[in-house]
Formats: sequence, C-alpha cells, structure tokens
Amino acid sequence: MAQLSRAAGRRLVAGVPTLWLLVLFLVPFLIVFRISFSEVRLAIPPYTPLISFHHGTAALEVHASAYSFLFTDPLYVSSYLYSLKVAAVSTLCCLALGYPMAYAIARSAAATRAVLLMLIVLPFWTSFLLRVYAWIGLLKNNGVINNVLLYLGVIHHPLALLQTDFAVYIGIVYSYLPFMILPLYANLEKHDPALLEAAADLGARPWRAFLSITVPQSLPGIVAGSLLVFIPAVGEYVIPTLLGRTDQIMIGRVLSDEFFENRDWPVASAVAILILLLLVVPIMLFQRVQRRELEGAK
Amino acid sequence: MNALPQSNATGTAAAGTDSAYVRITNLTKRFGDFVAVDNVSLDIRRGEIFCLLGGSGSGKTTLLRMLAGFESPSAGSILIDGFDMSAIPPYERPVNMMFQSYALFPHMSVEKNVAFGLEQEGLSRDAIRRQVGEILDIVKMGAYGARKPHQLSGGQRQRVALARALVKRPKLLLLDEPLAALDKKLREHTQFELLNIQQRLGVTFVVVTHDQEEAMTLGQRLGVMNHGRIAQVGTPSDIYESPATRFVADFIGSVNMFEGKVSDEGTDFVRITCGELGCEVRAERTVTCARGATVWTAIRPEKITIGRQPPATDPAGTEENAVPGTVREIAYMGDMSIYLVQIESGKLLRVTLPNTTRGADRPLSREERVWLSWHGSSPVVLTE
Repeated sequence: MAQLSRAAGRRLVAGVPTLWLLVLFLVPFLIVFRISFSEVRLAIPPYTPLISFHHGTAALEVHASAYSFLFTDPLYVSSYLYSLKVAAVSTLCCLALGYPMAYAIARSAAATRAVLLMLIVLPFWTSFLLRVYAWIGLLKNNGVINNVLLYLGVIHHPLALLQTDFAVYIGIVYSYLPFMILPLYANLEKHDPALLEAAADLGARPWRAFLSITVPQSLPGIVAGSLLVFIPAVGEYVIPTLLGRTDQIMIGRVLSDEFFENRDWPVASAVAILILLLLVVPIMLFQRVQRRELEGAK
Repeated sequence: MNALPQSNATGTAAAGTDSAYVRITNLTKRFGDFVAVDNVSLDIRRGEIFCLLGGSGSGKTTLLRMLAGFESPSAGSILIDGFDMSAIPPYERPVNMMFQSYALFPHMSVEKNVAFGLEQEGLSRDAIRRQVGEILDIVKMGAYGARKPHQLSGGQRQRVALARALVKRPKLLLLDEPLAALDKKLREHTQFELLNIQQRLGVTFVVVTHDQEEAMTLGQRLGVMNHGRIAQVGTPSDIYESPATRFVADFIGSVNMFEGKVSDEGTDFVRITCGELGCEVRAERTVTCARGATVWTAIRPEKITIGRQPPATDPAGTEENAVPGTVREIAYMGDMSIYLVQIESGKLLRVTLPNTTRGADRPLSREERVWLSWHGSSPVVLTE
C-alpha cells in the first residue's frame, strides 16, 4: 500500500514537469513546425491549411518554399552567421570574466560567499529591459561614458559606442554573466582543495596545477555556463535591437520582423525551426557532458 | 635563518645515518590565538620510519603540513638534509606526501596520476613510462594502469597514492593516516607491505596517525604529541614500557594507574603508598623522587598475574605487590581475555591473560575472589 502510494507520488513528481514540457514546449513546437511548411496567404490565420478540400477530396498541402526562400535572400544567412558570432564572442567574454569571479567566490570564506553570490544575483531584482535601457544612457554620444572621457580630456570627440558590435557584447555579457558564474561556482565549490595541494606536492607550480587539475575538473561547469549564455544569446532580440547596429541585425530580430512587420508566418516559422536546429548540436553536447559528470560522480 | 646552526646542521647531516636528516628546531605554528604546534624540536634520522602519534588537535597534522610546505611556521625552522626549508614552496621541496584522502586526480587514469609528478620534472616520455611501470609493479598495481580512481577499491587507491608519491624518489615521504581508510584485515597486510617497500627503497618516512597500533607496528621511533608539544620520543617499546608521563602511559595501550606517595626509598627501589590500591607498591627505581613526593604508579594489564591463592612471598619475605579482589567482568577477545577485578578500595583493575589452551573452561569466573600480583619491575613510577 505504502509502496503503491510512493510509486504514485513519484509518477506525480515526474509527471508535472513532463506535462508542462509537453503542453508548453512540444505542442507549440509542432504548431510552428507545421506552419513552416505552409505558404503565406491573406486570411486568418495568414497561412495555407495543412489539409485542403477540393471537390470533396482531401489533399495534404506541404510547401518547402519558406525554407528555400531563406537561402535565396542573403539577409537570412548573414543574420544567422552574425548571431552565431555575437553569441560566441559574448560567451567567451563571459567565460573569461566569470571564471575568475566564480573561482574567487568558491575560494572565499563561507560568510563572504553568501554575500558575493547575493551580489551576483542582485541585478535580477531590476527589470531586464530597464537595465538594457540604462546602457543606452551610458553608451550614447552624450552619455555618461563619453561625457566623463571628454571632461577628463582623454578624448576630444565623442566615441561612437552605441549601435556597435561592442555595445551588443557589453549588453549580452552584462546580462548573461550570472548564468555563467552560477554553474561554474556550483562546480568549483565542490573541488577538493587537497587535489591542488597534491599537485603542488608533486612539483606543479600553481599555474600548472590550475591548468591540469582545476580546469579539466571544471569542464562540466564551463560547458553548462557557456551553453546557458550561448543559447539565449543566439536568439537575443532586445539587446541588439536597443544597443546594436542597424545595418546588421541578429536572427531574433529577423524572426520578429517576419512575424510582425511582414506577417509572413511560414518564413518566420522556418527561421525559428532553423535556429532550433542550430542549437540542437550544443544542447546535445551539453547533455553528453552532464551525463558524463553524473557517471563520474558515482 | 641565521647561519651558524644551519652550517652546523649541514655538517652533522653529512656525518652519518644516525645524525638528524630532518631537523626541526623550536617549531611553532599559531592560528590566531590557537597554538597548534608549540615549540617542537625533533630530529628524524635518515631511512627511518618516524611516527607522529597523537589525538585529534594534538598538532601532528599541522607539523606534517609544515614539513610538506602547505603551512608556514610562525617560528622555528625545518632543515631537510641540511637545507633550510623556510623559503621553499611545496612544489620545490624534496618531500612528497600521501594524503589521508589519497587526493588522487579523479579525471586521470592510474598511470597519469603516477606520471604527473615526473611530468613536472620535464622527463622524457620513455623515462616517465619506464619509471611509472616500475613503481606500479612495486605496489602491485601494474595491471590497473588504465583504470580511473573511482574504479578502484580503497586498498588499490592507497597503493596508487603511495606509488604517486614514491615515484618522485623523495628524500622524505610524509604519510597522513595511511591506513585509516582501510578495513582491519587489509590494514595489517598493508602495514607489512609499507615496511617492505620502505626498506626496499630506503626512503625516510614520517607517518602521522592517531592509531597507536598502527604507530607501534610501522614506526621505528615514535613521537607522541599532546597539545602541540612532543610528550615523548622513543622506540615503540621505550614508549610502551617506560612512558615518561601519565599522558603517554594512558595514550599508548591500557594502563592501571594509582596516585601515591613515596614512603621509602633505597638505591634501587622506591616504595609507594597508594591509598586507592590499599597496599604498598615496591617498584624499581627509574626516576628521581624524594620521600613524600606525590607520584603515580602505572601497571600494564598484561603485567599483572591473577590467581586464586595469595602469591608465595618473595625471597626477601615481603608481601608487597599483591592485592586481593573480586572478578567483576570478563571479556573474551579470542586470543586473550580481559578481566576487570575490583579491589577493596572499590577501584577496578584491568588484567589481561592469554587464552593458551583451546576449548578449556576459563580459569576464572565472575564474582570469584582472586589475588592480583606483579613483579617489582612491572610498575612504572611517573612524576608528571
């Protein structure tokens, strides 16, 4: 009896997130997937139905035109590549900044650690949009940074900071840095300090010990943090729209324009499906590393 | 450090095997207000196994960590083979350590773990492979080179940790509770194997342990530590048979201890009146103590004989070192039995007897009246 209710409880616990993913991820995905294989038309909804009836016979209508269109216009390919580049550079910057921070937090005293972690999470208390807008105030031609530099005499003409790649990197790195730091911290915090002592004892200088003991062992944390930054950064919409270039847009912006400006749902859906395909590779990599870590922990 | 004692130490270190290979002088380590190691001076000889024995918080591990270079002394110096270690970081010391947790690198195979130290020296691949193979054969782990640490048993991990430290050919090998993580059967086996390997390679071992049995079997000399100080240094039998203080007598093995006053003294004996014991104890004279001084008499359980009859008076005709009592508890341990005998003052004495005959009824039963007696050389007189 007790065993039965325990099994039921276990099913409930696993069932809720499964249902959640099913209804809020898989079903929308299938809808988008289905729309991507239709053609645009002036109607409500603005795309051709999957099954059409002509003179009493049902016909399955599948169009690949949305996909072929993506490869005829260079705008889409260049947006994809640009998004990948921005996401990759931002991820590397986050890693370079986040690793030392996570390491320092993991090595600090228990009381300080709680405060430092709190500081990492603190920006989330303010709206994301508000924080990105704040960067406009900092970066624009008569913004805080330019004014201070002009006042100090470091520069004589304001620097064009806003609407550059640089501004996008700043925005993404600033916004996503906690997602890099937290998984790295969770990993580094578990490291046994005796391992570094053992490495020193065997003749490894601190830097060598770090590279050959700490870094390989923190690989799961590096991968988790990088993907948590890389995946949302590829599809980032708000930051490049507010801070970025106008001559080169990211794929998230393309997606939104197709939906809301062009009202071309099939092409927008095809763009979304291709973003997903691009991200499947890193997600699978993530799962492999995670699985390996679970095996190692046994 | 200042030049004079150092050159002196260098001179003596080169002189021979009996001189101090590791010389610890007035070593102190404070953590805030807490004094972990308190003015310790100690010499360790070349090629010996020296055991630092003490309870938790006695400072033994801190002393070991200072030898390895993980902690820097607050005061005092450490010389190894005549060289001052004060300014030498751990990665440049001719010292290797086997960690209590073994601290094997979990992401590396056994071979990689052992090779790690040699790679730091910039040896050629062939030399590394050869030396790793040799040392893994010595610790009988040659067949496990490709395994990861989590695929090994506790005993196998211990061997890999030993190999990893030994492959560096250290002048000094530090072992932190080397057998603590092993089960009893494996411990005994490993103990003798450690001794064997140590003799084969001639490396000086410093072992830290809280386990007196481990210290007695491994160590050629022991240093008993208490509250950051060295309480006594000596061979296992020195420490067991002639403890210098009540702490040492009580810490190593079990002991029956009585407070008393010196009532009479001769050139080769002292007589002590012990209220608790209800009789006078005649002991061989080993310490200087004046008549009337408060001393403690310590007698090991196996040095007391137990019998139904009062012992025959000794040739001198005195009836000393014999006391009647009642058996209260008997603990059968297999190879021997422990008897708790209550004497008239109410105090319980611990007596052990080997079970020499198989299957025979125990010679004594509970609540039986018995006589306890001991030879005049058995009691140790302690003044502190």
